[in-house]
Amino acid sequence: MEQEQEKESNNKYIFPKWSNSIPKLIMLLVLGGLSSIVFVFWFWFSPKNLEVGYEPEQPIPYSHKLHVGELGIDCRYCHTNVEDVSHANIPSTDTCMNCHSVIKTDSEHIKKLKKSYDTGEPIPWVNVHMLPEYSYFNHSRHVNSGVGCVSCHGRIDQMEVVRQVESLSMSWCLECHREPAKNIRPLDKITDMEWVAEDPIALGENLIKEYHVNPKENCSTCHR
Amino acid sequence: MTYLTDDQIVKEEVIRKPLVTGAYDFKQLTNVVSKPVESKPPSWWLIGLVCSLSLLLLLKAMLVYLVWEGVGVWGLNNPVGWGFAIVNFVFWVGIGHAGTLISAILFLFRQKWRTAINRFAEAMTIFAVMAAGIFPAFHIGRVWVAYWLFPIPNSMAMWPNFRSPLLWDVFAVSTYFTVSLLFWYVGLIPDIAMIRDRAKSKIKAKVYGIFALGWRGANRHWQHYEKAYLILAALATPLVLSVHSIVSFDFAVSQLPGWHTTIFPPYFVAGAIFSGFSMVVTLMVLARILFKMENIMTIHHLECMNKIILATGMMVGYAYGMEFFMAWYSAYEYEAFAFINRAFGPYSWAYWIMISCNVISPQLFWSKKCRTSIPIMFIVSIFVNIGMWFERFVITVTSLHRDFLPSSWGYYSPTWVDVCTFIGSFGLFFTMFLLFLKFLPMIAIFEVKAVLPEANPHPEDH
Repeated sequence: MEQEQEKESNNKYIFPKWSNSIPKLIMLLVLGGLSSIVFVFWFWFSPKNLEVGYEPEQPIPYSHKLHVGELGIDCRYCHTNVEDVSHANIPSTDTCMNCHSVIKTDSEHIKKLKKSYDTGEPIPWVNVHMLPEYSYFNHSRHVNSGVGCVSCHGRIDQMEVVRQVESLSMSWCLECHREPAKNIRPLDKITDMEWVAEDPIALGENLIKEYHVNPKENCSTCHR
Repeated sequence: MTYLTDDQIVKEEVIRKPLVTGAYDFKQLTNVVSKPVESKPPSWWLIGLVCSLSLLLLLKAMLVYLVWEGVGVWGLNNPVGWGFAIVNFVFWVGIGHAGTLISAILFLFRQKWRTAINRFAEAMTIFAVMAAGIFPAFHIGRVWVAYWLFPIPNSMAMWPNFRSPLLWDVFAVSTYFTVSLLFWYVGLIPDIAMIRDRAKSKIKAKVYGIFALGWRGANRHWQHYEKAYLILAALATPLVLSVHSIVSFDFAVSQLPGWHTTIFPPYFVAGAIFSGFSMVVTLMVLARILFKMENIMTIHHLECMNKIILATGMMVGYAYGMEFFMAWYSAYEYEAFAFINRAFGPYSWAYWIMISCNVISPQLFWSKKCRTSIPIMFIVSIFVNIGMWFERFVITVTSLHRDFLPSSWGYYSPTWVDVCTFIGSFGLFFTMFLLFLKFLPMIAIFEVKAVLPEANPHPEDH
């Protein structure tokens, strides 16, 4: 009897009692949803998360660790025009053959190199550090202002396979353009991977004056 | 010193016109207003909906084409970088001013004639702001990065430029839209609950029930409702003035002769109210006849609206004159050139359309006969709408088209895409408006009941 009464009174209403909590739930979902969308994009979709650690397999397993770290070849021996033009070149096979025409000629990989040298077909090296086309970047401008290779490319001399260590995101660029001192070094230490200043900020401040370093932050500096 | 006695005060009270004619009681009033929601739509409504949906489709097609091809399909080029998009944006935002003015400011001033038209006008406001929002969103060129306008953390270290009036605009308009929508919705709740209670089908009761938020008309509900409505009215009131002031900053903060003017904020606000009220009159004249609500939206209401149109029209006319005065008084040759060029240059045709529609045509409302004549007020309100569109065109385009150097002089003409996008925006507006007329009570029934004579059975008691 009581149950029936209860049933009847429930029928009077269009919605069951639990529906009272729906508005609160919607509010929570909207707030939580929006902030998690922002968080997911800001954190997981950031270049720091997506780009850093890119380590593609190269057609020939050239080891920077061996050539730079152990044998001590300067960066500019292969990447010859880094001081002169905007693009740091990948060396042609000819550069490799300066040594490898006589060194380790029986190796599987050097044979590939020889073949490329003979036929003139370049080796399809895989680009590791990629900038979007709408951003302008000039290697020579940075190298000649005292920004060392290591600042952006990391300890190449310790890498068996080249790996991207920095995000190359716009905020990463701007960080240095706003506070260049900690990344400015003497020009004769540009390619030195191991050199660390005793007091990088103080030295940087001095060198900024000496080299007239004046990094710009306006849009058209990079987006021309 | 003599004091008036209570009797004398009562005798001196102004006798106000009845706000509802036709001697409705509460029940009849409810029936009349909820009839469009509860009966099959009339054939004119269906025809209207088909037309406005086609225009909406046109708008969509134009926007897709724009995104596909790039902003080059609009007529913008040096020196006129702001064309139809900005003109249409200001036009629609301006129209979106009447609703909140009627509902908030007239509410705070206890203007009882607002009750019959506030919901109608607010709905118009919301749809007009929606139509307005499209234009700046697509004018930025890459609409898919529109989120850059908001301060969201990102890997580009990009942050909105808070010194730019264009950004103030984003916040002003979105705040205005949010508050207007809330205000409109809160005011709708008791009436939605009424439709729910009268619903014949279970589904209809459920759908309206969701939006009624469990309203039962309890005493406590009404207490909360009145408080919330008052607070929202107080919040919305400064917004009426701020939004169009900030829209005017888009122009006034720049240093271009013709834009760089201190009179802009009040002049824009007056113009916005002017155009908004005209749009309300245009729509109301049609709706009250088509829905047979002449007894609720009376001639008295329309007359009140027309008085405001006359007043704001005069303010706008004063601003037009004052701009010329300042151009002369400043003794600044570029300012003088900008205004002479405005009235007598290549765009003088637009200028004189603006003057005749905005300044001359409302003068008819000085006569009570014109103010209360339906055909005349309909024509004048359409003229004012046209005139106010041309006002924005004149301000935007004529100030830009002749730069300081004669080598940077040009003549802006819209392309067919510009024109079709503008026409299409009416599709959006009217689609929304027709849906509103069909699915929601267009008059705040419970508010109108409060101004019926029955609601105040002892008018002699104070």
